[in-house]
Amino acid sequence: MADSIITDTATKIFQDLCEADTVNKAEKGEWPKALWDALEESGLPLTWVSDEFGGAGAELADGFAVLRVAGRFAAPVPLAETLLAGWLLAEAKIAAPAGPMTIAPVHEDGDIRVDVSGKLAGRARHVPFARDAEHIAVVATRDGEKVVGLVAAKGLAISPGVGLSGEPRDTVSFDGATAIAVAPAAELDPARLTLIAAAARTQQMAGALERILEQSVQYSLDRVQFGRPIAKFQAVQQNLANLAGEVAAAGAAADGAAEALAAHGIANDITAAEVAIAKLRVGDAAGAGAAIAHQVHGAMGFTYEHTLHHSTRRLWGWREEFGNETLWAERLGRMVAAAGADALWPFVTRGS
Amino acid sequence: MANTFEFDPIELPPECKELRKEVRAFLKEEMEAGTFSPSGRRGDNAALFAKKVGAKGWIGMTWPKEYGGHGRTQLERYVVTEEMLAHRAPTRHYSTADRQSGPVLLRYGQEEVKKNIVPRICSGELCFCIGLSEPNSGSDVFAASTRATKTDGGWLVNGRKIWTSNAHQADYMIGLLRTSNKTPENHRHGLTQFLIDMKSKGITIRPIINLTGAHDFNEVIFDDVFVPDLHMIGEVDMAWKQASAELAYERSGPDRWLETLQSLVELVRVVGPEPSERQAEGIGREVAHLATMRRMSLSVAGMLQAGKTPAAEASIVKDLGTNFEQALPNKVRLMAPVRGDSAPDSNDDRFEQALNYTTLIAPKLTIQGGTREILRGIIARGLGLR
Repeated sequence: MADSIITDTATKIFQDLCEADTVNKAEKGEWPKALWDALEESGLPLTWVSDEFGGAGAELADGFAVLRVAGRFAAPVPLAETLLAGWLLAEAKIAAPAGPMTIAPVHEDGDIRVDVSGKLAGRARHVPFARDAEHIAVVATRDGEKVVGLVAAKGLAISPGVGLSGEPRDTVSFDGATAIAVAPAAELDPARLTLIAAAARTQQMAGALERILEQSVQYSLDRVQFGRPIAKFQAVQQNLANLAGEVAAAGAAADGAAEALAAHGIANDITAAEVAIAKLRVGDAAGAGAAIAHQVHGAMGFTYEHTLHHSTRRLWGWREEFGNETLWAERLGRMVAAAGADALWPFVTRGS
Repeated sequence: MANTFEFDPIELPPECKELRKEVRAFLKEEMEAGTFSPSGRRGDNAALFAKKVGAKGWIGMTWPKEYGGHGRTQLERYVVTEEMLAHRAPTRHYSTADRQSGPVLLRYGQEEVKKNIVPRICSGELCFCIGLSEPNSGSDVFAASTRATKTDGGWLVNGRKIWTSNAHQADYMIGLLRTSNKTPENHRHGLTQFLIDMKSKGITIRPIINLTGAHDFNEVIFDDVFVPDLHMIGEVDMAWKQASAELAYERSGPDRWLETLQSLVELVRVVGPEPSERQAEGIGREVAHLATMRRMSLSVAGMLQAGKTPAAEASIVKDLGTNFEQALPNKVRLMAPVRGDSAPDSNDDRFEQALNYTTLIAPKLTIQGGTREILRGIIARGLGLR
C-alpha cells in the first residue's frame, strides 16, 4: 500500500499549481515551470531512484499512487516518464540527473544501438515530452548486449509531434549523439520497458477516470432541464452508475499490475499477465467511460472551454500507448490457451 | 475522494492457500466418487453433498462456535465458495442458508431458535429458501402484502410468495411479511421477518418450471399458517432496517460472476493451445474482465471482514459481474470454431452442453437477487444523485 504522505503531497501540489489554465497553456507550448519546479522540490519525479543514485528511494507502490493523482489532474508534465527513466537508470545503476526526463523507445520494435565509444544510432517515434526533457533514458543494445543509456536531449534531432492528449509525442533521432553513461541491464529490452510503462499509464488512466466520474456527477447535479437537475432522471442515473462501475474496475485492474510489479519484478510471468489484464481492462473502461462522461455533459463537454477533454483526450491517447486493448488481449489469450482449459481457473486464482 | 468508491486491495493470507488446496482435493475426490459431475446441471445429490461439506466444516465457517460455526474469516469462506462454484459443485441445498439465512438468524433471531437451528445449518442438514417476492412485489420489495396477523402465542400468515427458489426442498423459509400498514412518512414501514417451518399446516407449494425445463422456483401459498412468536426475527414492523447489511453479503460474492464460467473453460478446451488471433483476443478480453471482477469481489470480502458495510461497492460488483457472466455465453458462441461432424455426439459434447446451458440461464442473471436497474439505482444513490 502506498504511503499517504506522498500522495497527499502530490495532491496538494497539483491542486495549487495544475489548474485548467495550466493544462491549456501547456498544450499551446508553454512549459508549466511552477508545477514542475514544485514537483522536483518534493522529490516526487525520482521516487523510483534509490538515495544512493540521487533519488527519493521510495516504493514502486508510492510512485504508482502518485501517477494516479497526476492522472486525476491531467498534469501536463513528464512525471510518469521521469519516474520510468529513473527506474531504468536505477536498474542499470546509473545515477539519475535532476530535471525532466523521458524514455525511449516506446514501441516494442524499437531499435536503438550504441557502440563501445557510447555513440548512438536509431530513431524513436512518439517519445513523450522529448522536447521538454533534459535527458532521455534509452533501452538499447551494444553489440547484442542489453544496455541502458543516459542521453542529454540537447543536440538531438527532435521533430515535434502531438498526441491525442495534446501532449508532445516527438520523433527523436539518436544518430551521431553520444551517451553520457551506458551500463548493462540484462533484464531490460523494449518489451520489458513497455510492460512497466503500460502499468504506469493504467494508473494515470485510472486517475483520469476518477476525475471524469467526479465531473460528470457534479455536472448532472448542476444542469437543470425540464425543471430539475438531470441527475434526477433514471436514464442519466443508469449511465452514471455504469461509469462508476468502469471507474472502479479500472482502479482495481491498475492496482493489480502495480502490485505484481512490486511483488514479482519485471521479469516474471505473473507480472506479464497482470499488466496485460490491467492495460486491457483499463483501456476498455477508458473507452466506455469517456463516452458516458461526454453523453452526460452534452454539447458543453464538447467545447474546448470545458475541461472534460483534458481527461478524455488523455484517456484516448493513453489507451493506445504501450499496447492497446487488442494487443494485450491477444497475448493474454495465448497465455491462457497455452496453459489449457483446466488451468484457466487456477490461472485466475493464482498467487492466492 | 468524493463520489468514487473504495476497493481496498486485498492479499489472501497463507491459511487461504492451504484451504484452497484442501477444497480442490475434496472436490476432485467427490467428482471421482460420482457425487457430482462438473459438466452436468447442478443439483444432483445436493442433500448428500451438503452433509459432506458440513462435515468438512465449510458451512457457517464465519459463525461463532457456540452455534456450530467455525469462527473463520470471510476470506476463508470466500475461497471455499469460489472453489465450489468454479467446479460446479451442487451447493444449492445449503448455499442460501450459508450466505443469507444463517447470518440473519444469528444477528436478529431469538436465542432459543439460534441454538436449535443454526447448528443444523452448519451440519448441512437444513435447506432454506427466501420469501421475498410476491405477485405484486418484485423489485419493489417493500410492497409485500402477505400478512401476518397477531394471534394467541404467535401469528397467522395469509398470502402468496412467488419465484421462491428451492421452496419444494426447503425445511425453512425466512419470509418478509406485512404486520402493519405503511406510514405516510415511511413506505418501508410495517414489514417483519419470520422464520417459517415449511412443513407447517396450510402451506401449499406449486412448482413453476423455468425455461430451461428445470424446477427451481415455486409459488408458495399461505392459508392461516401459524408461526410462533419465537420465530419472529428482529423488531416488529422494522425489517427494512435489517436489510442493508444482508444485501452487501448477498450481492458481491463469487456467485455473481461465476455462473457461466464453464462456457469459457470449454471454449478454451475446443480451441486448443494455438488459438486464432480472433480467438486469442476474445479469450484474453474475457479473462481480463473476469480477473478484475474477482479482484473487486475479493476486495469487498476483505472490507466485510474488516467490519465495513460496502453496500454501493457490493452493488457495483454485482452489476459488473452479472453483466459479464450474462454476456459471456454469446461471446463464447461467436469465438468458437465450427463444430461439425468430427465433434462428439451432442450429449457427450462438453462444449455444446456448456454453451446451451449457460445461454439458457443467462437472462436470469441480471434479475435474481436485485435487478440491474435496482442495483444501478443503489449505485446512483451512492454517487449522491438521489
